[in-house]
Amino acid sequence: MSQHLIIAPILIPFVAGALMLLYDDRQRAAKFWLSLIATGLTLAVAVALLMRAKLGASEGAENIGFYLLGDWAAPMAIVLVLDHLAAMMLLLTSVLALASLVYARASWHRQGQHYFSLFQFLLVGLNGAFLTGDLFNLFVFFEVLLAASYGLLLHGSGQVRVRAGLHYIAINLAASLLLLLGISLIYGVTGTLNMAHLASMMPDIDAANRPLLQMGLALMGVAFLVKAGIWPLSFWLPNAYMAAAAPVGAMFAIMTKVGIYAILRLTMLLFAAGSGPSAGLGAGLLIGLGMATVVFGMLGVLASQSLGRIAAHAVILSSGTMLAVTGLALAGGGEWMLAGALHYMVASPLAAGALFLMVEPMSRDDGGIAAMLALTAEIYGAKADLPSDDDGPDGPAIAAGPALLAACFALCLLALAGLPPMPGFIGKLTMIQGVFDTADTSPWLGWAFVALLLVSGFATLIGLARIGIQTFWANDDRDSPVMAMEIAPIMALITVLAVISIESEAVLRYTDRTAQALHQTSRYAQGVLTAPRADDAQPPTPEDVP
Amino acid sequence: MEIVLSLAIGVLSASGIWLILRPRSFQVIVGLCLLSYAVNLFIFSMGRLTLSAPAIMPKGGFVDPTRYADPLPQALVLTAIVISFATTALFLVVLIASRGFTGTDHVDGREREQP
Repeated sequence: MSQHLIIAPILIPFVAGALMLLYDDRQRAAKFWLSLIATGLTLAVAVALLMRAKLGASEGAENIGFYLLGDWAAPMAIVLVLDHLAAMMLLLTSVLALASLVYARASWHRQGQHYFSLFQFLLVGLNGAFLTGDLFNLFVFFEVLLAASYGLLLHGSGQVRVRAGLHYIAINLAASLLLLLGISLIYGVTGTLNMAHLASMMPDIDAANRPLLQMGLALMGVAFLVKAGIWPLSFWLPNAYMAAAAPVGAMFAIMTKVGIYAILRLTMLLFAAGSGPSAGLGAGLLIGLGMATVVFGMLGVLASQSLGRIAAHAVILSSGTMLAVTGLALAGGGEWMLAGALHYMVASPLAAGALFLMVEPMSRDDGGIAAMLALTAEIYGAKADLPSDDDGPDGPAIAAGPALLAACFALCLLALAGLPPMPGFIGKLTMIQGVFDTADTSPWLGWAFVALLLVSGFATLIGLARIGIQTFWANDDRDSPVMAMEIAPIMALITVLAVISIESEAVLRYTDRTAQALHQTSRYAQGVLTAPRADDAQPPTPEDVP
Repeated sequence: MEIVLSLAIGVLSASGIWLILRPRSFQVIVGLCLLSYAVNLFIFSMGRLTLSAPAIMPKGGFVDPTRYADPLPQALVLTAIVISFATTALFLVVLIASRGFTGTDHVDGREREQP
């Protein structure tokens, strides 16, 4: 039974989402509870899977879990793979999802139809993309999560969202076509779509076919770079993320990380040191693009006037950092640096998600949501006397709301800028240590990366502190209420960040093991190809025999 | 046959790329459709071109795989067609909504000022 746990993070949200489609939006309260239960269950499963990945490694036994769909032997059919990285990303997704879901209960789920179903389908796509070990399956799960994200981005409607949605959909459709081209090219050259099988074939590709294969991989890489929001393919991102409803924006904070995850997984697997002439392919390009993205995100944070736009640029900045680290790791940057980067990758989506959730309570005085609703009403020709009773947020308001909000904002600022008490600092410190510990990369590159890392943190500090001063200090007549339902998920996310900071040693040990596992590609590749079928392990029961 | 197929893919993708760079939203959606046709044909050709070869092998015993078409790209094409059909339909809805909201079919929601 327990081996079926691996597929649960895909099946639970899928069943819940499909079930909720059967009822219309009059059953919103029931739908909320159903999705809360489904997301909570997914969180529990993610914790169990993380424990399994962790314990398996400490016992020195098999530390990668496999799930053969349909019980076909490995390269023949689709396989789900659960290793350290996948387990970590699953847990990260479900924590963020839970916070976003509770926040949406305050008011956003009422602004359109089928919010909760789309939300669950987004989780299906995210969890599937993290778990799959097959390239075409990766494409399918990317499409699932993108299709759900199109719906979620347009949730609430209005001119701004529709225009941003049009651009977002067009860009992502074009990127998906590139992904498909790359995948089919890889299949045409190697005859396989299984990542592990591909990794074991990499050293033996003959010289005539190698350029074709590398071109296929490069096409896939471009598609992932678009999804990760890497400069110069990131101009769609700030507009789309700003236009999205607050809880959707928080989920989008992890969607760029899916692109980073795919790049990290595939480059470490296919261009590892043992893969012959293709070893280290594109490392310089990844470092260059990553650094350019950090600069772009940094300038964006400094230039932006609204909190939503700053949050979007902070997402771009963290994507760029991760990409540069991936490139450095590919060029032989060492495991310790990658461990620090993975620690950073856990902390930064949580902080960015919390920031997206804070956008709305912080800018309500400026008439954020009211202006949006008035605009919609104007277009439909209705009177602009919204928001009526039905459109205000639910639940009790908190008396000390603004003070709590300001405290959360300050802590979130520290996490994003990478200052001491919050976990962003530990991730960055470890990265810097790692860069200087290894002699494989050139010292100039290391210095440039460290300088960029520190300057970008400083820029984030300036940009966010400026907005904080404008909102909390320069504004005397703040009388808009802060709802309990809105502040609770933000505080929960900040608490998770604090726990990561306190338990830094455990988290770092885990990410260090993740980085080691990423460097031992042969273990992943051979593990998948020799994964035992359930049929071989146990004799067939009488029911199985026809 | 190879030259016809590659010409078709080339013409489709060239027209598609030109169209998605145009300012009208309807041109963009037609461009995306053409591009997805080109990609689907390309996936199909990755299973090698065969004439009058079945994709399904008979049951039992050893068969000579060179006498059969590769079934996997055909399955992939089927999935890709379904997905691109669905996303194009969704894009069409967003396009019409955008036309309704802004009163123009420009992709940016407003006409560029004439110099």
